[in-house]
Amino acid sequence: MIAMPARQSVSATTPAAELDAADRRLINRLQDGLPLVEAPYAAVAAELELSEGELLYRLERLLEAGVLSRFGPMYHAERLGGGLTLAALAVPEADFERVSEAVNAFPEVAHNYRREHRLNMWFVLATETPEGIAEVVEAIEAATGLAVFNMPKQEEFHVRLHLPV
Amino acid sequence: MSVSTCPSERHTALDTTDRAIVVATQAGLPLVPDPWGAVGRTLGLTGEEVRSRLVRMQEAGIVRRVAAVPNHYRLGYLANGMTVWDVDDAHINRLGREVAMLPGVSHCYRRPRHLPAWPYNLFAMLHGHTREEVECQAEELRALLGESCRDHRILYSSRILKKTGLRLDGRPGAGRQPEPRR
Repeated sequence: MIAMPARQSVSATTPAAELDAADRRLINRLQDGLPLVEAPYAAVAAELELSEGELLYRLERLLEAGVLSRFGPMYHAERLGGGLTLAALAVPEADFERVSEAVNAFPEVAHNYRREHRLNMWFVLATETPEGIAEVVEAIEAATGLAVFNMPKQEEFHVRLHLPV
Repeated sequence: MSVSTCPSERHTALDTTDRAIVVATQAGLPLVPDPWGAVGRTLGLTGEEVRSRLVRMQEAGIVRRVAAVPNHYRLGYLANGMTVWDVDDAHINRLGREVAMLPGVSHCYRRPRHLPAWPYNLFAMLHGHTREEVECQAEELRALLGESCRDHRILYSSRILKKTGLRLDGRPGAGRQPEPRR
């Protein structure tokens, strides 16, 4: 199993990883999705003219190096029956570390980014039920003493995340 | 505060076996030649059952895809801008669809305004190697939105504070009803 870091702190100064041509082909190919066939890694390896062992070794290394933050099924939160929202806080600079720790401690916080704006902390909440969002928003307000700007999506305009490398 | 549920979202019921597969794979798929069998062994299922259930969940849109999620920074995309736009409500759905088609846009959503502090209702994530690259992309968006857009901002991310992805509670019985909070 892949050991996932519980918390990442990659700053804008982290250098870009050194990737060779095969790594690049692999990353580009796997952003589009693994075929759900009997030996899926062997199938992709054949497409990329790698051996299955080499593909698995490279994939493991890319995850360990943090080039890939995750490899696996990407679940659609609402279709799992859960709640999902984007929320923001205006955090006073002097209090940023404390608030960051308090927010990250909630397992419902899936991602959290610092951004350059008066609203300087932006996080995604994913909950077991749609009603869970309001409860977590309230709990975060209690834990931080700050008002949460809740911005659930009203419409999703379809794109596919694909960053060519 | 309550969440408005988008009417286009289908709620597809998962049975307990589907749910066990979600919990077993949400941190990642095993990196072994037979990942379905490896997941199945932890759940008392055959690999073929795991695979066919994932196929069904993918067809239902519960699984978007089984894929690599890149870390933008480590791929050299050092400028990651969340662009936010104050767009005329009368045209936002048409314009949102057009914005989503532009290269460099990874996510595009309509979200509620919070007046007066937050007038922006269209969000588009842009990724570039430099801020100049992101600003060029934002100019293209601005041109596309034309007079329907009153104002916009680019909010760059300066730090990833957490990135674990979606997590379901793996405890027995979880997910059937809201967990009581402390």
